[in-house]
Amino acid sequence: MERPPRSFYVLAVFFAVFLVFLYGPTITIAILSFQGPQGGLTFPMRGVSLHWFFDLFEQQAVGDIWGSFRRSFALGLMVMVTTVVVSVMGGMAFRKRFAGSTVLFYLIITSLVIPSILISLGVGLIFSQAGLNVHWSTSGFGSQLTWTLPFGLLIMFAVFNRFDSSYEEAARDLGASPWQTVRHVVLPIIAPSLIGVALFGFTLSYDEFARTLLTAGSYNTLPLEIFGMTTNVTTPVIFALGTLTTAFSFLVIGAFILLFWIMGKRRARQGSDAGQGMV
Amino acid sequence: MICAVAQPGHGDLAPGGDDMTDQATPIALEDTKPARRAGRPSRHLTGWLLASPLVVVLAVFLVLPIAMIVMVSFWGATEWSIYPAFQFDNYAFLFGSDVTYRVFFNTVKYALITWAFTLLIGFTVAYFLAFHVRSLGWQVGLFLVCTIPFWTSNIIRMISWIPFLGREGLANSALLSWGVIDKPLEWLLFSDFSVILAFVHLYTLFMVVPIFNTMMRIDRSLLEAANDAGATGRQTLWHVIVPLTKPGIMIGTIFVVTLVMGDFITVRFMSGSQKANVGRLISNDISLLQYPSASATAVVLLITVLIVISVLLRFVDIRKEL
Repeated sequence: MERPPRSFYVLAVFFAVFLVFLYGPTITIAILSFQGPQGGLTFPMRGVSLHWFFDLFEQQAVGDIWGSFRRSFALGLMVMVTTVVVSVMGGMAFRKRFAGSTVLFYLIITSLVIPSILISLGVGLIFSQAGLNVHWSTSGFGSQLTWTLPFGLLIMFAVFNRFDSSYEEAARDLGASPWQTVRHVVLPIIAPSLIGVALFGFTLSYDEFARTLLTAGSYNTLPLEIFGMTTNVTTPVIFALGTLTTAFSFLVIGAFILLFWIMGKRRARQGSDAGQGMV
Repeated sequence: MICAVAQPGHGDLAPGGDDMTDQATPIALEDTKPARRAGRPSRHLTGWLLASPLVVVLAVFLVLPIAMIVMVSFWGATEWSIYPAFQFDNYAFLFGSDVTYRVFFNTVKYALITWAFTLLIGFTVAYFLAFHVRSLGWQVGLFLVCTIPFWTSNIIRMISWIPFLGREGLANSALLSWGVIDKPLEWLLFSDFSVILAFVHLYTLFMVVPIFNTMMRIDRSLLEAANDAGATGRQTLWHVIVPLTKPGIMIGTIFVVTLVMGDFITVRFMSGSQKANVGRLISNDISLLQYPSASATAVVLLITVLIVISVLLRFVDIRKEL
């Protein structure tokens, strides 16, 4: 086997430094969240304890952390399901090359590049002028979709660009109705990519800040709650919260990746499972 | 970025299909078969029906808000309320103020500097992953490691710089103990430096992902050809790889530039409210309930961003790159 060139080692070191840059700060606050009860926001560690984690579970902790976590979780699931369904339908729609699809495509790009604060401001204005109350599950939900849908749709475009349509033709030749073709051929084939869409939908919603800022109403989502804490909390309790919610994110990401991997394995073993449902 | 996420799954979709040709096929060429049967609705109707949920969401939460902002930007405001009007006061005030020009300059400055750093770092990282890591398993694994932070909270990633950059933070105490400096550096936190550092930290992966994705599609025989023709590694990089990677660079640029230009929270948090960009100008007006003035600034920002994007889109066909 040939030895890697010298440039390999230089670049490998660069890459390692990049990873330290990427993860270093997160790891630092993870360590600091185990500060002793007397500890502050920076090193040195004054003892090691779970004090700040316990603090999170106590009533006097600022704001309503667990309520906001529940809201963010519920909202994440709502956004995830909607993003998957709307993206798949949108992806299929764009295969039809319908008149006006180019305009819609550029609208999707606009949705992606528009400064988030404009969505926040605009939706907030509409609701206030219409005399409606902003709420995380209505205005907040819609605003977040303008961020998650472009990602979902771009993934679907990528997927359908690579989609071998002879599978569909085969299904049609065998007498499948359009709905059967979608249900038993197309969906099983694109299923792994839907895990990717779901991952984007959930995590982008769960961490969304700018588009939810003026649209969540009086009940905060978790990122809003955390941001509120940064202005008036000066103890490591905020690191403890940051560590917990990052750990939760990692858990979710891990679960999605695992699911993706398992699906790939299953598929490799069984060949395509398209059509199984028709037996 | 998007394609790479979808990639592991697509290998088994088109057995024997050549990836290069598959991926180069734009949506446009996808549906050439005459699928219409008698009595079926036309593809236009089906298309619009399938797209209708998307259209509803974008109409209500994108188009309508923009229209509303444009409208309100002509309204008037008292200290506690806003009233419908058609006046150019907000724009007159905006363009008549020095602050506006300074803040816009600052916004462009942040965008350019962040772009330069994210491009350099992102390109190098992607280049390493695509051309120096040989096994596909390692490539996918390391690529995932690079993308995972994208799915975690930006706010927390910002907060986590504080123990590093503060007066008594890690950076200062390390420099002090090495004898490099004799009193703590003040400009590490709450300065342009920390703002740009946070931007680079948050957004480099928006460069890594599209550039990596484009690089993975470069036909390796081109590199061999360059090598056979006597090109040095550096020449191959500059004359073969960089030109072929341009679409990825453009997509990354679109992401980074728009994210930085539209940001308000990173600047507010990392500068300790000491620096301003356009986003902060808007959010300050909002917190003072000066919605018409905020809207006017927002309209100008939106137009600026859209101009930048339309220039960048001339260099890349996004649909083709997916």
